[in-house]
Amino acid sequence: MNTRLLPYVLILPVTLFLCVFFVYPFILVAQEAFVADGALSLDNFRRVFGHWKFPLSLRNTLLLAAAVVPVQLGLALLMATMVNRMGRGRDLVLYIWTIPLGISDLAAGIIWLAIFEQSGFLNSMLHGLGLIDRPVNFLSYQHPGIVFLAIMLAEIWRATAIMLVILVAGIGLIPKEYYEAAEVFGATPWKRFLRITLPLLRPSLQTALVLRVILAFEVFAVVAALGGTLFPVLMGQTFVYQFELLDRGAAAAIALVILGISIGFTLVILRVLRVPKGARI
Amino acid sequence: MAVATRPDPRRTGRLVYGAAVVLLCAWVLVPLYLLFVNTLSAPETVNSFPKSFLPEMDTGSLAFFARFAGMLDALWNSVAVAGLTMILSIVIGAPAGYALSRFDFPGKATFRLLILLTRAFPLPLLALPLAVMYIRVGLDDTVLGLALVHTTLAVPFAVLITFSLFSGIPLELEEAAWTLGCTRLSAFRKVVLPLILPGITASAIFAFVISWNEVFAAAVLTIENRTLTAFLLQNLDTSPLHLKFAGGFILVVPALVFIFAVRRYLFAMWGIANR
Repeated sequence: MNTRLLPYVLILPVTLFLCVFFVYPFILVAQEAFVADGALSLDNFRRVFGHWKFPLSLRNTLLLAAAVVPVQLGLALLMATMVNRMGRGRDLVLYIWTIPLGISDLAAGIIWLAIFEQSGFLNSMLHGLGLIDRPVNFLSYQHPGIVFLAIMLAEIWRATAIMLVILVAGIGLIPKEYYEAAEVFGATPWKRFLRITLPLLRPSLQTALVLRVILAFEVFAVVAALGGTLFPVLMGQTFVYQFELLDRGAAAAIALVILGISIGFTLVILRVLRVPKGARI
Repeated sequence: MAVATRPDPRRTGRLVYGAAVVLLCAWVLVPLYLLFVNTLSAPETVNSFPKSFLPEMDTGSLAFFARFAGMLDALWNSVAVAGLTMILSIVIGAPAGYALSRFDFPGKATFRLLILLTRAFPLPLLALPLAVMYIRVGLDDTVLGLALVHTTLAVPFAVLITFSLFSGIPLELEEAAWTLGCTRLSAFRKVVLPLILPGITASAIFAFVISWNEVFAAAVLTIENRTLTAFLLQNLDTSPLHLKFAGGFILVVPALVFIFAVRRYLFAMWGIANR
């Protein structure tokens, strides 16, 4: 076959596929959100914004992301630097730390439910230590703080691995000579981390943060498993509109809100962590 | 953070470091262990208080799970959707990965942008408009329909992963085969394919896991033919605890095996492919 044409033939299937199942549905969802009763209008958005649960679920989603992502970033950085200087046992430790990468958000929610539910392991432990007489129903409306904590822990537990993998790969790309030179000049490990690892890791940090933040705004099943209706989030509201209220226009409108927040944050992260031309390795 | 990496004084430093490694391993493993304890205990034990931290080795919960109406069908649907997603994303994605690694062509940058762009969108939301589209074309509530959405999730990874895998195989190997009388196709089959097969398998497994774990689109697009995740989600309010835990266990086990199987490729797949 003609070599000039061959690459186009090879990318044709995936391009067509993405046009039909990625580009086209997004046009549809935008259309659905901005059209009400056959005319162009903002009614769907008005209806969504006017509902008392909207500010709450927006706040919850953002709050959860703000609580979870920085912890994950710190933890992933710590784990990645630890793995980097590990000799024996590196493979085993890395395998264990990346296990949550393969675990679905629903399963993660169920796992932490085993700990926090009324007859669960946290209650059993507190009882065993003699701190409580009767099991406490932690995941109820009387304990909103604990519901939040449980969801937060489950998210941190589940989704730190994805950042870890990206950062470990990124650290592997930093030339060892920089560290050797820094050591010659007497830089402490902490200084080496601040002055070499962090700046040179910027592209990986960018990717890891973008991926993680977008996933944080999509949080859904963990919350459904642990909080139920106690902790409404945007993605859950989309689901409620689509299925319980059978209001597709409103569901599409929230979808666009999630999309807007995701794109907004992506742009901010790309801007803040941009790598100047010529500073790339 | 500083304490764990400071070797000064050496001994305490190493001790703190070792303790931190063990602690972080426990952080991952203990919750998993507790799920296993619950799954391998009788339903009565799971609902009782206080709980033992050792499993009874009772298969009552799992048996209940297997007998629960619709559960095995859901399990089968999950396997079918994930299998189909795996095949589709490799068949569609791998050729593009090869094209990206071997050719420079006008439009390459745009194509890469399209692939990367998919990453900046909350993809499960695609399920909303597709639900309507599917009813029109008769794909609603089918395994294929859901597999197509999951392929949208998995195919960008398949492209980028195979791109980095193919880039790892020197073009010279292929060229040598051409000079020895191979056509492009036969050189690919005899030289590149055997080298790339383990990596392709790894990225196929990865596509399987993406689909296996997906909840939102599965719950939106299936009604009668629920996948396991959608089925569990739908019954969260009503199902007894031991059913939830057994279901969680069934969701987790393949993930453990798969991550173990692809662990060598994890960094090629996630780390480099994401740059």
